[in-house]
Amino acid sequence: MTTRHQERTIYEQVQASPRFQELRKKFRSWTFPMTIAFLAWYLLYVLLSGFARDFMAAKVLGNINVAMIFGLLQFVSTFLIAWAYSRHAAAKLDPLAEELRNEVEGKNS
Amino acid sequence: MNQQALSIVLFLLFVAATLGVTYWASKHTRTAADFYAGGRSFSGVQNGLAIGGDYMSAASFLGIAGMIALYGYDGFLYSIGFLVAWLVALLLVAELMRNSGKFTMADVLAFRMSPRPVRTAAGVSTITVSIFYLLAQMVGAGALVGLLLGIEGEAAKAGTIVVVGLLMIVYVVFGGMKGTTWVQIIKAVLLMGGAGLITLLVLGKYGFNLSGLMGTAAEQSGQADAFLQPGLRYGTEEQGLAGKLDLISLGLALVLGTAGLPHILIRFYTVPNAKEARKSVNWGIGLIGVFYLFTLVLGFGAAALVGSDAIREQNAAGNTAAPQLAQAVGEMILGEIGGTVLLAVISAVAFATILAVVAGLTLASSSSFAHDLYAHVFKRGQVTERQEMVVARIAAFVIGIVSIGLGILAQGLNVAFLVALAFAVAASGNLPAILYSLFWKRFNTTGAVSAIYGGLISAVVLVIFSPVGSGKPTSLFPDANFAWFPLENPGIVSIPLGFLCGYLGTILSKEYNAQKFAEIEVRSLTGAGAEKAISH
Repeated sequence: MTTRHQERTIYEQVQASPRFQELRKKFRSWTFPMTIAFLAWYLLYVLLSGFARDFMAAKVLGNINVAMIFGLLQFVSTFLIAWAYSRHAAAKLDPLAEELRNEVEGKNS
Repeated sequence: MNQQALSIVLFLLFVAATLGVTYWASKHTRTAADFYAGGRSFSGVQNGLAIGGDYMSAASFLGIAGMIALYGYDGFLYSIGFLVAWLVALLLVAELMRNSGKFTMADVLAFRMSPRPVRTAAGVSTITVSIFYLLAQMVGAGALVGLLLGIEGEAAKAGTIVVVGLLMIVYVVFGGMKGTTWVQIIKAVLLMGGAGLITLLVLGKYGFNLSGLMGTAAEQSGQADAFLQPGLRYGTEEQGLAGKLDLISLGLALVLGTAGLPHILIRFYTVPNAKEARKSVNWGIGLIGVFYLFTLVLGFGAAALVGSDAIREQNAAGNTAAPQLAQAVGEMILGEIGGTVLLAVISAVAFATILAVVAGLTLASSSSFAHDLYAHVFKRGQVTERQEMVVARIAAFVIGIVSIGLGILAQGLNVAFLVALAFAVAASGNLPAILYSLFWKRFNTTGAVSAIYGGLISAVVLVIFSPVGSGKPTSLFPDANFAWFPLENPGIVSIPLGFLCGYLGTILSKEYNAQKFAEIEVRSLTGAGAEKAISH
């Protein structure tokens, strides 16, 4: 078991460390569900455009109908998710990543 | 001075400026990292602009504005997939690629695999996707420039293709990534400025009342309220269920394709680190989002102020709607001279747009040829940096010449489908391979090769045997009928198939490299050992 331990590369050691596991969890638990969410939200929009045309045609304000609002909301959600991800990354991911990067590069040199 | 002459003068100014930049870039391109990745020394903002310049093609600018002008809402629906797609790049791909790759997409895919088969597959896919996209742009350029300059005939179109092709060769061969990036930055500024100006003029004319603009557009289109609703272009009621499935298929390819487009992926290598890559994608999203909002106004504006009959008369696909609109609003607000000037400006912006995009595509395909196929597959890594750069430049020259030739040959063919096909291949072959590489421990050589070829081949084969290939007056081969796949867009089948091939290929092979996975996982998430920026 000890020889196996000595053979492990710095990357394997870091990969197994709790700090890295925390970084990976913080990365994946945010980006994976969010990816599924925005893809589902986009797909819903496309499906409604194909199959719920009466609903999409309903006028809301002047000539602005549900379809237009739905479309513009895709822009809004894209901008918001990009902004939210960048905040999340700067607050939760970057400090951990930097710490681990220094650890790897310190031991490598 | 008439509009054509003014257009040509403005275009020559753009060419002079970009050639100046290319000359500067050639003096500052010494190493392979300079040539392939611009020395990784562009800032996030600069790369964000270049992302916009690389991505907002003439098909986006003129094609989407024209589609909205003729078919209303469906053109807008089309543009949204192109924007949302950037979230895939931002959340899952850009930073991790920047951290773990070097010059090409294959650097990440081949990292923990047997390099030769994976690099071969990635190289084939990169070159195929880039050439499809390139060909669509070249043929479009030929048709468009003739229209804008009022020159008719096959010779003028061919001449345009030759000029565009030669310029892109010069940008890439001499300027490498530095030159190409600056061409894209300049183009992005011009395009946003030009499109923004016309948008403001149109909105101003309608008192900044979008509803009023939409109402007039719907009235002028002769389609009434249907013009403001989905269904005139995609999944029309006559097409039935197949048409609607086709719409979903297209949407999937658009939203999943962007993060697998090689010419987009290599842009992430031009910044010093992952944080700048993130910043550049954020800037890209902002620019691209605002740009598609501009095209919405331009499209409705063209429908309202130019009218669909006048647009169709110039170009059946509506590609001249935006320039025609520029002329119309210019005349309304500033008199005849205003119309002439704005038309000339928008025409010159359209040339600039085409040039910046084709340069990016040529660079992506020649980089992949030199770095993946030549250096790693043919020479098994036994090459010097200098040799690799010489081959990259020769490849750029050859790819340029080949695309000029193909562009001229394809003049009479309907190649507009090639853009959607490039996205479909990127989503079906490249994206599964990238995502599995970054996130799936068990992934291996067989899986990577299966995903890429499975996605690539299925997308291409399905399109050949769809109504795009034959059986309709608008088909590539209108006189034959060998179509058996009912949808024009293959994504709904080929994307799941690409992911499935990658999965099956992986589990059917015992190979996997836990040590290398640890390395790519730690590197991609932390940036440890990432390629550094170089300064001269």
